[in-house]
Amino acid sequence: MEIGLGHYLTVSAIVFTLGVLGIFLNRKNVIIILMSIEMMLLAVNLNLVAFSTHLHDLVGQIFAMIILTVAAAEAAIGLAILVVYFRNRGSIRVEDINMMKG
Amino acid sequence: MILQGIAFYVFAALLVASGVMVISARNPVHSVLFLILAFFQAAGLCLLMGAEFIAMILIIVYVGAVAVLFLFVVMMLDINFRELRQGAMEVLPLGALVGLILLAELAAVLGGWIVAPNVAAIAGAPTPAIDQVSNTQALGRLMYTQYVYLFQASGVVLLIAMIGAIVLTLRHRPGVRKQNIGAQISRRREDVVVIRKVPTGEGV
Repeated sequence: MEIGLGHYLTVSAIVFTLGVLGIFLNRKNVIIILMSIEMMLLAVNLNLVAFSTHLHDLVGQIFAMIILTVAAAEAAIGLAILVVYFRNRGSIRVEDINMMKG
Repeated sequence: MILQGIAFYVFAALLVASGVMVISARNPVHSVLFLILAFFQAAGLCLLMGAEFIAMILIIVYVGAVAVLFLFVVMMLDINFRELRQGAMEVLPLGALVGLILLAELAAVLGGWIVAPNVAAIAGAPTPAIDQVSNTQALGRLMYTQYVYLFQASGVVLLIAMIGAIVLTLRHRPGVRKQNIGAQISRRREDVVVIRKVPTGEGV
């Protein structure tokens, strides 16, 4: 039962697919969509770390940290937009977000 | 070695199961809690791979900051989540189809993919032996020298995100009485206090 690179890549592929599926499944709820995006970023991070440790190259872990930073910034900005939107409209339905359509 | 296999399968199964619960839970608070569980399992997987620093950072940043932020927003906004769930079953076949196609493509890539034999020779930063330099120390040596500009750029990204979040959510409400410290300090005694001699038996 040797755990190799393929095992980790399979897990991260499944988690990434779950993230995509979550966007389809909860397309009315922005909060769950943001959580699904976080899960996809987590899968990408797992992928990078798996390759980094398998190939003995530390750069992958540096990239994983940068992705972590961007994910944190994205969550903060996304939730701030969500709060402002809820304050203005009183709902977070994705279908109602059409203010900038012109 | 058998222990590593057991740990891997426990972490992986819990990660996938909590991922399923994140996207299928009825209550978004439960979704956030399962997201936290998923982050913990991912940190366990990173630990198993030997990336200790990334594992700890995953717990600190994702669980300590991002998931708590989600929890705050979910609990503070008064949203009718039952209404938001409606119509989810209509798009389930399409979503499942897209997910299956994506998974099949990823599986095809994983199945037909091999590492080039000389890839270790062209590594950007070869990992030093673990008995000489720990993972955290090696990462620090790399990040503060070769990737210092990337490090500072990520700092700028965080700063801009912070400023953006504050600017977005800051609200000036009219009619709020606040303490004006400048006006208080610049108040002089001779401007506001008048001493009058009042003769006995008469008014001012």
